[in-house]
Amino acid sequence: MINEIISMSGYGIYVWSAFFFTLTSLISLYLLTKLQLLKEQRKYIIKFGSLSEEKIALAKDQKINKEILLRTIITKI
Amino acid sequence: MFKFLKLGKIFEISSKLTKYIFVLFVLVLTIGLTEALILSPEDYKQSHSVRIMYVHVPAAWMALGTFSAIAFLSISTFIFKNKNFFLISKSLAPSGFIFSIIALVTGSIWGKPTWGTWWAWDARITSMLILALFYLMFLLSWKVIENNDKAIKISSLIAILGAINIPIIKFSVNWWNTLHQGPSVKILNDTTIHSSMLIPLFIMTAAFALFSLLIFLMKFNTEMIRIKNKGLDRL
Repeated sequence: MINEIISMSGYGIYVWSAFFFTLTSLISLYLLTKLQLLKEQRKYIIKFGSLSEEKIALAKDQKINKEILLRTIITKI
Repeated sequence: MFKFLKLGKIFEISSKLTKYIFVLFVLVLTIGLTEALILSPEDYKQSHSVRIMYVHVPAAWMALGTFSAIAFLSISTFIFKNKNFFLISKSLAPSGFIFSIIALVTGSIWGKPTWGTWWAWDARITSMLILALFYLMFLLSWKVIENNDKAIKISSLIAILGAINIPIIKFSVNWWNTLHQGPSVKILNDTTIHSSMLIPLFIMTAAFALFSLLIFLMKFNTEMIRIKNKGLDRL
């Protein structure tokens, strides 16, 4: 049964390599996108941390800044 | 309605959605792979090599659908001058590009046992290769051009030009005598694939669509943080 699934009547090499390539591509793109997101979040936190209190208050007026901070903290946890 | 469309709200929703879509994607992909590799029957003519269809065809559909959406958004960018449209199209492109590459590579692997060759300059394969090149040009335009407004214009032009290729890919099997068979899954007429093969095909398509959505949301969030990073510099 397992041998049949692996060999697929001689077509196994084609079928498995096609599925392997597909899954490898999907995983690579996911990891690359995740890394880019984390890199931007890290950059954002560093920049935010270097702001003066007045500018922090100004930035926090915008909902998106609050959301980015919140999501970054959740990701770190 | 407009309050709903504010960037802060969009960011909140897309960040929350990402987790759920990831779990759903893994679930649907697991079912799809089990169906495609184990449960679905072999073809009377192509034997087990037909299983490649379950990754090749959905990947091609996703690549075509995504590029159509990008082209539509690019036209909308020119008409409505709304910068959110380019943000959406920029976030859609990476998954579309990967799916066009998957369609080409798995098609090549499928071609060897079926046609006896890895590659042929047939109309469908060549037009699909052109689509991958348009995706590459679209993505590179963002890397190469530093001026944002110029990048929006050039990438939109690339997408609109590339859209001419979409009907060529779709109808190439009808217009020219190619190695590819005619369409088996039809929207308006009866589908010629048996349900035992059609169901895994649709499950894998759903898995790929979820993956596209997942990458889109992650990329969209990355772009929004990038914009806000620039905004912090200007404070």
